[in-house]
Amino acid sequence: MNTAKAPSAYTEFHPRWYRKRVSTWWWLGSGPYLRFILRELSSIFVALSVAMTLAQLWALRFGADAYSRFQESMRSPWLMALGVLTLAFTVFHSITWFNLAPRALTVRIGGRRVPEIMIALPNFIGWAAVSALIAWLVVRG
Amino acid sequence: MSKRSNDGFFWSLFSVGGVISAFLIPIHVFLFALALPLGWLPHGGYEHLLALVRTPVGRVYLFVLCSFSLFHWAHRFRFTLYDGLQIKHLNEAVFAACYGTALIGTVLAAYLVLTL
Repeated sequence: MNTAKAPSAYTEFHPRWYRKRVSTWWWLGSGPYLRFILRELSSIFVALSVAMTLAQLWALRFGADAYSRFQESMRSPWLMALGVLTLAFTVFHSITWFNLAPRALTVRIGGRRVPEIMIALPNFIGWAAVSALIAWLVVRG
Repeated sequence: MSKRSNDGFFWSLFSVGGVISAFLIPIHVFLFALALPLGWLPHGGYEHLLALVRTPVGRVYLFVLCSFSLFHWAHRFRFTLYDGLQIKHLNEAVFAACYGTALIGTVLAAYLVLTL
């Protein structure tokens, strides 16, 4: 910030800024703040999902036995619990992301703004369709 | 004169990765972390998955999924540390760790999908 442009009356010492110290846990206080941080933390679970996919590809490299060992290890209670948590957070990421789309994209038809739901809804339908397609491709064989 | 910033570039990676991961990641987690290991679904065995991965579309799909999602994470996690936990003094280190991890994951994904 360049606030020192205007000629000012100089004092010998620079005045101390008044800055209120914000607690590290500022986001625990209220619902919207907490939701914001949980939404940001969903990215950790996106990264974990990629790690799982990379581990899966790694197991695929080493043959059928290695792949069944991979599946076996995914059945461990800890990884199952992590899987449930990861699913919850990644679904939260998808929902918040699609709900954000109407904020980023304002469509006007005939001078009227298209309602937010009309922009978010196709995303949700597309999400369901893409998920069904992937599930079908994987399960079909 | 202000310094030229790379924020726009990283933000666009974040944004594209956000879209890709929002559409694709939950079903991957559901299938491969829960449904298939628990035997809820009859198929999805080794041979079939390998055949899927070995299609050109499968390779590109998996690479795009892994790489962009990691850059999405890198951007969001960096700013979570910055704003959420107010870790501002380690800004450069956090930057390097986040995008470095995303880059390593991208290289690993490229290697895996190309050599499988």
